Amino acid sequence: MSSEQQTSLQEKQFMHKIKAEEKIEPKDWMPEKYRKNLIRQISQHAHSEVIGMQPEGNFLTRAPSLRRKAILLSKIQDEAGHGLYLYSAAETLGISRDEMIEALQSGRAKYASIFNYPALTWADMGAIGWLVDGAAIVNQVSLQRTSYGPYARGMIRICKEESFHQRQGYDIMLTLVNGSPEQKAMAQDSLNRFYWPALMMFGPHDSESAHSAKSMEWKIKRETNDDLRQKFIDQTASQIEFLGLEHPDKELKWNEERGHYDSGEIDWDEFHNVIAGNGHCNRQRLEHHIKAHEEGAWVREALVAYNAKKQAKQTEAA
Amino acid sequence: MSDTIKDATLEYAVRLGDDANVLGHRISEWVSRGPFLEEDIAYANVALDYIGRARMFYGYAAELANDGRTEDDFAYMRDDRQYQNLLLMELPREDFAYSQVRQLFIDIYYGLMLPELVKSKDDTLAAIAAKAIKETRYHLRRSRDWVLRLGDGTEESHRRTQRAVDSLWGYTHEMFEMDDTEQRLADSGIGVDITKLRDEWHRQVSAILAEATLNLPEDGWAVRGGRIGYHTENLGHLLTEMQFVHRSYPGCQW
Amino acid sequence: MQDNALELFEVFIRSKRGLDHKHVGSLHSEDHEQALEYARDVYTRRSEGVSIWVVRSADICASQEDDAEDFFDPNDDKPYRHATYYTLPDAVNNM
Repeated sequence: MSSEQQTSLQEKQFMHKIKAEEKIEPKDWMPEKYRKNLIRQISQHAHSEVIGMQPEGNFLTRAPSLRRKAILLSKIQDEAGHGLYLYSAAETLGISRDEMIEALQSGRAKYASIFNYPALTWADMGAIGWLVDGAAIVNQVSLQRTSYGPYARGMIRICKEESFHQRQGYDIMLTLVNGSPEQKAMAQDSLNRFYWPALMMFGPHDSESAHSAKSMEWKIKRETNDDLRQKFIDQTASQIEFLGLEHPDKELKWNEERGHYDSGEIDWDEFHNVIAGNGHCNRQRLEHHIKAHEEGAWVREALVAYNAKKQAKQTEAA
Repeated sequence: MSDTIKDATLEYAVRLGDDANVLGHRISEWVSRGPFLEEDIAYANVALDYIGRARMFYGYAAELANDGRTEDDFAYMRDDRQYQNLLLMELPREDFAYSQVRQLFIDIYYGLMLPELVKSKDDTLAAIAAKAIKETRYHLRRSRDWVLRLGDGTEESHRRTQRAVDSLWGYTHEMFEMDDTEQRLADSGIGVDITKLRDEWHRQVSAILAEATLNLPEDGWAVRGGRIGYHTENLGHLLTEMQFVHRSYPGCQW
Repeated sequence: MQDNALELFEVFIRSKRGLDHKHVGSLHSEDHEQALEYARDVYTRRSEGVSIWVVRSADICASQEDDAEDFFDPNDDKPYRHATYYTLPDAVNNM
């Protein structure tokens, strides 16, 4: 068999597994593009978790009660954990965490653009948990069925842990809307600033999405951007109403026939502008990450040096 | 419980709460700034333990005060002159060596102090201590290993760690000093006679520093004042940040 | 200086007594002891475990997909190893 025939046979077997809803596992043969596509998506997801620690970290030391501080800290810590699970899943594809971090810091790899928006008030801790994590969860629930085993398993663990994130965010909003007029205004302001960017988290319309078609075929993605976004819009509408806040989308209207809400158009110029680097925090987020990484270099070096000394001692003793 | 003993216990709980609150805050500043992701997660657990400890001590203080104050009133509505934490807790996080050396000093301190507090005639303090002991044993594993690794790692890590030991040493003396309030509590079997623990602390610290190829500093330099609200300049900034939101909207629920 | 000088470890957790250890993921650390501690901090934040194993990833020897046919297919034709192969009279069928 020629190597081309071999590849085509392997590809057939691979697609057969995908169609049969069998998971692809690390040691399996997979098309190079599938591997690359997965690495891109999983590492972007991991970077998002890690960069996502920053806006909330920005308010951690100002949390207005000890209870909220403990909750917020455990949420941010979970994000670090989720970043780690995802890096761990991506590493099974033959890329190192170093390479991924390097790609992030050099700007070659992306993270969710939502984190380029600044966290300005305590209410933003509520809106981020409720809307940003809420949008992420809609996406992640769908990804629990993704075709790559380690990614799917990571998603299952993440979803299990993340439901508390959205609930604690909504709980912050509930407390604010039931508080003083200033607190309620703070909640409204935050909803206004985060609602649209949260919708943008689902990415461009399906017709515009560069990676969508192939990802769907390979079952890396299980539902389209627009379908997922619709789910989020539908579930959020009643949550906003319950808070007694004004809906930021003035065109939002229930469509009986579709069984969904119709909504106003996203400001795609803003979407592209922030992705292009013109958000409030694009540079700041990366610089923060790079600074921490560089400041930690001597610690990592010390670990390696200590380990080498220890090994040398053991060899000597043996 | 007599009123004087009750007042003293209240003050003691507030002090222990201040220690935990201020240190927990400092450690939480490391979030998203750790040397690598695993450590970021691990260190956050230590911060969480201390914030939890602060809530327990303040909660008990609020219970003793019985005047409508809550744990948050103790944390958020007191100024630096009223805070009574040890100075060591409020020093800035600085570099990773500095934070870990401080952690080692504190972990050994609590490793000795908490088993004594467990024997307290005050059931609540004893119960808090019983919970905290387990946390501290784990913290000590970490800080001990870190100081060994950093002390005996590279030239740079050794230099940074030695510098941390030298700059923190002067703040360790007041950990083992007691005022009348604490003496009274120790005499009544409620508080810990901390002066008796100094030698063992010194012995344990010396052993670890020696293994880490680090030098023990001279004892001449000592700064004190935390327990009487005479702080370094750092605490004011820490509290400004911590208390800003809470104080900007007086009387609100969060 | 590269992080990957920190070794990769695989983490296995027994979620409660009586169950097997189960693979949960991986992490980087300096040595086994540190890997164990980080596994505790990373993978048991919600009391998910009562026991942890860590194994250096490099020390795991795994079967390859290419071997799968030779390894596993030969056992597909031994239905007599399964209880369902045997039909017994109703009177004793709860065996």
